[in-house]
Order: sequence, then structure tokens, then C-alpha cells
Amino acid sequence: MRRWAPLLVFVALGVFLYFGLYLNPKEVPSPLVGRPAPDFTLPVVGRPGETFSPAEVRGEVWLLNIWAPWCSVCLEEHKHLPRMVGDRVPVYGLTWKDLDREAAPMLARNGSPYVAAVDDRDGRIAIRFGVTVTPETFVIDRDGMIRMKHVGAITPAVWQTKFEPLLKELGA
Amino acid sequence: MSRCFGLILLLACLIPAPGVGSVPAVPNADDPALEARLSHLAEDLRCVVCQNESLAESRASLALDLREEIREMMRTGMSDDAVVASLVARYGDFVLYRPPVKPLTYVLWGGPPAFLLLGIALALATLHRRRTLRTPSDVSPEALREAAQLLRSDDSNHPGSPIASGVASRPSHQEER
Repeated sequence: MRRWAPLLVFVALGVFLYFGLYLNPKEVPSPLVGRPAPDFTLPVVGRPGETFSPAEVRGEVWLLNIWAPWCSVCLEEHKHLPRMVGDRVPVYGLTWKDLDREAAPMLARNGSPYVAAVDDRDGRIAIRFGVTVTPETFVIDRDGMIRMKHVGAITPAVWQTKFEPLLKELGA
Repeated sequence: MSRCFGLILLLACLIPAPGVGSVPAVPNADDPALEARLSHLAEDLRCVVCQNESLAESRASLALDLREEIREMMRTGMSDDAVVASLVARYGDFVLYRPPVKPLTYVLWGGPPAFLLLGIALALATLHRRRTLRTPSDVSPEALREAAQLLRSDDSNHPGSPIASGVASRPSHQEER
């Protein structure tokens, strides 16, 4: 037993480090899950004079996708988002820090995956949502509560395993 | 007289020359007290995008935004604790460099002292084992006392001494030769 102790310690350490390799340090648990989504009223990108506020979709299950024109992963996600979501839930976008005003022409050119994308130019609303990276997606229920936060792009696998079951549970 | 003159000269040096020391420094914020509070508070807050930097030292754009957000909260009269609480409400305990002690963080806080104690215990146990290994246990206390007595009396070459009776093995070996 004594002779095997160093090997056992080594193996135990190895197992911890191996699994540690696959942890995503960006995946920080959000304290906002289970809390009401922060309220805001922001102008809609590409539709002058129009605004959006979460109060308008109260009673619906909806997604809020945080994106930025300078985020290439977000643009990749845009291509696949409509196919995955279909017409199950409305997807709204929060355009984070579009300082170069690229968002409107970009959505017009590539096609927008959003019902509406709001313009959070100085990033203040994103801070209220505790956003750290783009893309991030929040699932908000009929009562305006945040039910889930997903960090990173939504892949078909993520959609199937994380979003589908929750949406079913929420009755969307 | 010349000493007096020297003293006057020395004192004259203490008078600030006009226009040299009185140039106003450009204020880096409207409110230096608030700025001091901010930098003190930001030392203990983590920059959430560049996770190994504090909010005070980071130049990431989100860190700049967060510092502006904290400034704004302070201007509305929020206390330091209230500011920290509102950040924790959005980003979680993760923003704190000193996470609170609660069931989730018991291992985090307790781990290092526990490992230190374990290390000390192992070191003591090893040292204790080595110390007991050094004292030969196959010699009885009486034999040792006898040997010490013999060494003190300094007549170890006396024939018929108890050395031959097996207290020390080497001399008896020599006798056999």
C-alpha cells in the first residue's frame, strides 16, 4: 500500500487535471437565473424612431441574444439560429457596443435572425444582464424571469440538449 | 555674519518660486474622492472578461464600462457595499477576488489550511519514524547502562570485562581472531 501511494496520488491529480481541461472558464454561473430580466427601452437597429422594451413581450417565452457586429462567432450563429429556433419562440437581439454603426447595414445585408435587435450602444444594458462575452443567450419566460443563460454560440447539439427541454418545460 | 547670510540663503530656498509649484495639475476626474473610492473598490473586483486581472488594472473595454457604471452608482450616493452587492447580483460571486465563506466555498477556503495541516502531520510522522529508527531497539537498557559505565571507567582492554559477554559485538569478534 505504502509503495502505491505516490502512484495513487498521481492518478487522482491526473483525473482532476484531465477534467479541468474541459471546463470552460467563461461559463460563469449567472446569479440572474431565476430573477426578473432587467428592464430597458432601447432603439431598434435599422428602424429609426422605433423602440423595444421587454414589457412588450410579457406573457411570451422569448430569447434575448447578445451579439456585436465585430463578433465573428455571433455572425456565424446568425446563419444557423433561424433554422434551429424555427417559429417556436421569438428571438430578440441586443446589439452590444456597435460604436462603428455597422449593425444596421450588416443585418440588412445578411438577413436578421431577430424579430428586432435593440441598440445598446454604450453597453450599459448589457452590464445589467451581466454580459461578459458575445454571443450570450438568455431564455426569458412568460413572467419575465430569466430561466437560463447560455454562454457562447448555440450549436445544434446545444439547442437540442439545453434549449429544447427547457422550452418544452416552459410550454413554448 | 557670513553664517547668518548662509542661513538666510537657506531659508530663501524654502520659499516656493511663483509659477513653478502652483501650476494646477489636470484633474483626472471631476471628483478625486470618488475616484479614490473607485480605485480602492476596483482592486478587489475581478475583470470578468480578462479573468486574472482586477477591475482596477484592466484596460479591457468592459472593465472601462464597469468602472463608469460604478462611478455612476457612487454619484447617486450608493455605499461601497451596495455597489459591490449590485455587481454580485449581475455577475455572481465570481466578480469578488475574496469570495464569501459559504457552503459552496468551504473547500476553497478550507482546502489550503487542510493541506497545510496534512503536510505538517505527514512531516511530523516521518520525522518521528526516523528518530525511532535511529535508536537500536535490540539492546536492552541494562546493557546500555553497563556499556556507559565501562566507557566511563576507561578499562575496556581489561581481560574478562563484560564486553566479551555480548554487549558490543565488535570487540568480541576481535577476541575470536
